[in-house]
Amino acid sequence: MKIGMSVNGSAQDHDVEDRTLLVQYLREACGLTGTKIGCDTSSCGACTVLVDGESVKSCTMLAAQADQAAITTIEGLANGDEWHPVQTAFHENHGLQCGYCTAGMVLATVSLLDEIPNPTEREVRLGLEGNLCRCTGYHNIVKSVLAAAETMQGAK
Amino acid sequence: MIPAAFDYVRAGSAAEAISLIGEHGEDAKFLAGGMSLLPLMKLRLATPSVLIDVGRVRDLSYVRDEGDHIAIGALTRHRDLETSALLGEECGLLRAVAAQVGDNQVRHRGTIGGSVAHGDPASDLPAALLALDATFVLQGPSGTRSVPAGEFFRGFLETAMTPDELLTEIQVHKRGTATFAYEKFNRRAQDWAIVGAVAARVNGGTHVALVNMGSTPLRATAVETALAQGASPADAAREAAAGTEPPADLNASPEFRAHLAQVLVRRALEAI
Repeated sequence: MKIGMSVNGSAQDHDVEDRTLLVQYLREACGLTGTKIGCDTSSCGACTVLVDGESVKSCTMLAAQADQAAITTIEGLANGDEWHPVQTAFHENHGLQCGYCTAGMVLATVSLLDEIPNPTEREVRLGLEGNLCRCTGYHNIVKSVLAAAETMQGAK
Repeated sequence: MIPAAFDYVRAGSAAEAISLIGEHGEDAKFLAGGMSLLPLMKLRLATPSVLIDVGRVRDLSYVRDEGDHIAIGALTRHRDLETSALLGEECGLLRAVAAQVGDNQVRHRGTIGGSVAHGDPASDLPAALLALDATFVLQGPSGTRSVPAGEFFRGFLETAMTPDELLTEIQVHKRGTATFAYEKFNRRAQDWAIVGAVAARVNGGTHVALVNMGSTPLRATAVETALAQGASPADAAREAAAGTEPPADLNASPEFRAHLAQVLVRRALEAI
């Protein structure tokens, strides 16, 4: 079937099988491999992208369900050479180790801070419960999210 | 993992969805948020030949004050339930339980109607709706009918719905500031409940429902009876597993689940 969506601001129209998952659409049809497949069972959150601004696990959504939606992947988060404040915060606070979960963590964080701009540490931990880091680097991930919230609050 | 091949069609309204399922027959399935159905399809435990996507029927997404009850559109997402001010005022239990379904990403997509129609005994919302004596409105080719929650869940992933019916609305009584508690036991934050217990004060009585203690969500009738006869929460909670047939899986044996049910019901009763 023919599907069209805006991915990181560019139109992406492709003819794909009906059963195509959003993550396959992004990685294989659009060639955007920043979105990772981890568990493939909607547990780990590595495949998290934003669909119309909200975090979603792209391994558990059909591309057809995202037809005509606006998608943001990790490739589209920075503004040119200028990182998104969440990316900067992960960099500065060592919020990643092997990096496999990072794209999903960052996008889940962007969505979380949109809903709760000034979260407590507990709210960060609960808000990221759908994202697993197998390096168990949670301490610095939480620190990064809190730092990003502070920067983004200050910028307002 | 990729689901077996199927044809995808999109319905623009409830009426169109029902006519499409009539056209495509019993191998067709409705797709709402897909949070339960798509994982089953990826594991090839479900292989529908046609998926009828009702996810864009936006007029089935609402939380409305209908005077004597609250009406919730079947396609209302968990996220919209957990942030609904009206539910907070009139049915806080539902709002609190919706906030415990899966994780943020799941709550952005999953719907209350999808959760109910799927009929998974390990789901949070069906047990809460059972405790609240909710009513489910089903629309089919020959009209609508209402089914009380107590008669809806028939077996594992089996409900009173016929294959050509669409769940369109969930109705709950206004409960005002009635006290409630939901105790959910799992190993990882986002997981399904290994066992869960809902307790709510309703019309002067106490309703108690259990998650994952049998093939359907259950009311803990023995606990409710004991409480009505004046038993203390701790004594009544000892009856939590009475008459249940809890499943065995990698997470827990039936005996451990029976133990959990007693502990969780006691905690829930002590909290209300």
